[in-house]
Amino acid sequence: MKTMERDIEEIQQFSGKSSGVRLSGVTKIFPQMEGNGEFVAVRNIDLNITDGELVTLLGPSGCGKTTTLRMISGFEYPTSGEIFIGDRPMANVPPNKRGISMVFQSYALFPHLNIYENIAYGLRVKKLSKSVIREQTNKVIKLMQLSGMESRFPSQLSGGQQQRVALARAIVIEPKVLLFDEPLSNLDAKLREHMRDELRSLQKRLGITSLYVTHDQSEAMAISDKIVIMDKGDLVQMGSPKEIYEYPNSPFVANFIGKANFLRCELKELKDGSAFVKVGDVPITVPNPGPVEIEAGGQYCLCIRPESIELMPEGDGIPGVISRATYFGSKMEYEVQMGDNHLIVEIYNPQLSVLFHEGDHVKTKLDLECIRVLKEEEIIQD
Amino acid sequence: MGAKGQLVSRRKLSAKNSMKDFKMLLHQPLLLLTIIAVFVLLFIFIMLPIFNVFKLSFTNAEGGFTTQKFIEIIQNKGYGQTFLNSMKLGLIVALVSTFIGYVFAFALTRTEMPGKGFFRAIATLPIISPPFILSLSIIFLFGRQGLITKTLFGIDTFDVYGIHSLIVVQSISFFPVAFLTLTGILESIDTSVEDAAYNMGASRGHIFRTITMPLSAPGIASALLLVFIQSLEDFSNPAVIAGGFSTLAVETYRIITGMYDLQGGSLLAIILLLPTVCAFLLQKYWLKGKSFVTVTGKPSQKGRKLHEKHIMWPLFAFCTVISGIIILFYGTVLIGSFIKTWGINYTFTLEHFEYVISLGWDALKNSITLATISAPIGGILGMIIAFLTVRKNFFGKKVMEISSMLTFAIPGTVLGIGYVCTFNQKPLLLTGTALILVAAFTFRNMPVALEAGTSTLLQIDRSIEEASTISGADNGVTFRRITLPLLKQAFFSGMVYSFVRAMTAVSAVIFLTSPKWTLATTKVFSLFEASKYSAAACYVMIMIVIILTAIVLINFLVQTLLAPRTKVYK
Repeated sequence: MKTMERDIEEIQQFSGKSSGVRLSGVTKIFPQMEGNGEFVAVRNIDLNITDGELVTLLGPSGCGKTTTLRMISGFEYPTSGEIFIGDRPMANVPPNKRGISMVFQSYALFPHLNIYENIAYGLRVKKLSKSVIREQTNKVIKLMQLSGMESRFPSQLSGGQQQRVALARAIVIEPKVLLFDEPLSNLDAKLREHMRDELRSLQKRLGITSLYVTHDQSEAMAISDKIVIMDKGDLVQMGSPKEIYEYPNSPFVANFIGKANFLRCELKELKDGSAFVKVGDVPITVPNPGPVEIEAGGQYCLCIRPESIELMPEGDGIPGVISRATYFGSKMEYEVQMGDNHLIVEIYNPQLSVLFHEGDHVKTKLDLECIRVLKEEEIIQD
Repeated sequence: MGAKGQLVSRRKLSAKNSMKDFKMLLHQPLLLLTIIAVFVLLFIFIMLPIFNVFKLSFTNAEGGFTTQKFIEIIQNKGYGQTFLNSMKLGLIVALVSTFIGYVFAFALTRTEMPGKGFFRAIATLPIISPPFILSLSIIFLFGRQGLITKTLFGIDTFDVYGIHSLIVVQSISFFPVAFLTLTGILESIDTSVEDAAYNMGASRGHIFRTITMPLSAPGIASALLLVFIQSLEDFSNPAVIAGGFSTLAVETYRIITGMYDLQGGSLLAIILLLPTVCAFLLQKYWLKGKSFVTVTGKPSQKGRKLHEKHIMWPLFAFCTVISGIIILFYGTVLIGSFIKTWGINYTFTLEHFEYVISLGWDALKNSITLATISAPIGGILGMIIAFLTVRKNFFGKKVMEISSMLTFAIPGTVLGIGYVCTFNQKPLLLTGTALILVAAFTFRNMPVALEAGTSTLLQIDRSIEEASTISGADNGVTFRRITLPLLKQAFFSGMVYSFVRAMTAVSAVIFLTSPKWTLATTKVFSLFEASKYSAAACYVMIMIVIILTAIVLINFLVQTLLAPRTKVYK
């Protein structure tokens, strides 16, 4: 245990070699093979990743997150805009000279090399002395708990072990920046959570600037210092997991990160930062409407998370009828019909609360503090 | 999509992209140099010779453009007949070979027939065997002194020379090409489709007609075209057993060596080149898009293959008969090499071997040397071009792809003429040297390595190489340490094929050999022309032994040299 800690300390030395990443006005356009069209994969993105941070690019497939990652790695180049690693512009630097590492979705382990050689590969390429290679490689093998597997081949390892080898291979060369391309998507759910936590704690200990691409929002929430949400090539919001979840700037973001209910409303008045709105005939006061610019008289939509709603058999509140009740163990999920609207409501720890059944009449109480007012766009209700 | 970023026109965009591609190349000098070097090689050794054949054909004595000779050739009835002969032979052989190949492929991939390993081995024998062997055999069996015609039935009026013998000999020689193509296709058709039809109550015959056959149709067309090309290109068989039946490849040779008419020869060569190149392009680009094969990556449940007696045994009988014929042919030559005078004195002797070794040892050594030099060069070059065309982006990639594949379709005779008139003056004075032979072998035999490399690379996840790059490796290191080892199998088959083709080449080298550099195949050819059949039989037997030994050796070398590093440093 003692020696292990010392190893980590030694490895921590290279956190000093890590550096930030900056994207300035980066656009990538692919010419389309069929027809005369073009496909804008990434549009005018500015991004600043400070040293030691883990930033996640999150979005549905086709949003441009992987393209962005590949531009930073150098496997694609921007159509316009500039990428900096540290303060150095990368326009003319090939991928192998950028001082970065990457963990691939498919792991991309070298099938014809054993685990030791897979991990030592980057060091051998650098033509370091034999003793340095041996020392570094063994250190990382120990750190990644791969001892005893050195002479095995990738195909003889389990998914989780392969993942560790891929990570070991990436960190052994002490990169300035570490890139992750959906690294956990090939693992089953349990292992994915475990590896996620392991990965995050390793990244924190080593302090390597990391950029992580995923389409799994819970993964992004769990590991990131900062989340960047992308949609159709645009960067739509950036912030800490807490900011993004609590203050989404559009229904798209609110819906992509977690679940959200959207209620069409008319903004009657804005006073002292509070918004007075009407959902149908029901007046609601929103004390903390959020980051979106709003003005009285406009049509907006309210965004409220399922866990910010209470259900009561009777009392003060908007009346509604339970149209669906689903038991999940840790929570009950209800669908409540209220006139034209329906709300998804989550009640945690159902053992201790009143259970409702389909067809029950209930009163709903919204946690006003948690309501945000967003610009109306095509709301994706699912 | 409300575009915020600037929008560029498509042409500007692709120009911009290729500019960036080019800029990136400038930063990878090794890659750039390799690309340029490959282009230079392809230009000098493939495009220039072909161009020169055309130039020679349409240039008059004063160096101006002329079509006079061309019109002469076209109007000449004899040459018209030759053209029709070649086409007819090609068509018949394509049909027969593809039929045999399909039955073999179907029986071996779809049934539980016994003896599959044996049949597969028999079907590869014609691929690795030296030329002339089947012609020799048919003369031994059906010739004037033939074992079957004369000794068995006492017939001495049967004429073995002509199109009938050619059809038999070429069909046996080239059905393996169809067999291999169709095996690949049949293996990649997911059998669960057939199982589904069977489940719905279709009979086996109905399934074959409505599912298996239509799904393998592109493969059948491919096989037909490939065999057609081979038959047209074939020089060695028609040269010795065609009799009065003239074919383009042989006629070209006769015009040049007999009438010293290089221009007439190259015109005939062009007439030979056009159909083969058309067939090749058709096979390569038109059929590729028509393939129904879908690779799902999901291993489907291996169900039981066809085992009904009334299906299996007729197929087995067919394969046995064909294999019997092949064994008969090869066995005849083997025995013929130990027999004093075929048809007259059947006593055992080793004198032919003594004669052949004293006479032809140098030629054998030359063949082995040159094949050994050219095989690895062709193999590596094939892998490099596969790597470049599959994995890299650069200007002129398509040109590289097509021109490097093209030599597969260029008849050896045509390439030979091209080399003769390209490399007969300074600064490219190569005629009479070993270098010209090495170049001919390398470039003519490279396409198989290239093809194998390309299809293997397409199956290898691109990110494996990217992982190497991002670990700091440049293109050279990535190619040597990652790509090439992963291409081991393709490299091996490319090398073996190059070696075998170099050992057995006739048409491409018939104009290129020189007194100093005679080759084994030309030696056999001259033995043949001198009617020294038993000696020729000895010679080809020795060649078979050498080729088999070489295959084993190459396999061993590739396995050891590219073996994974297994040492672990603790």
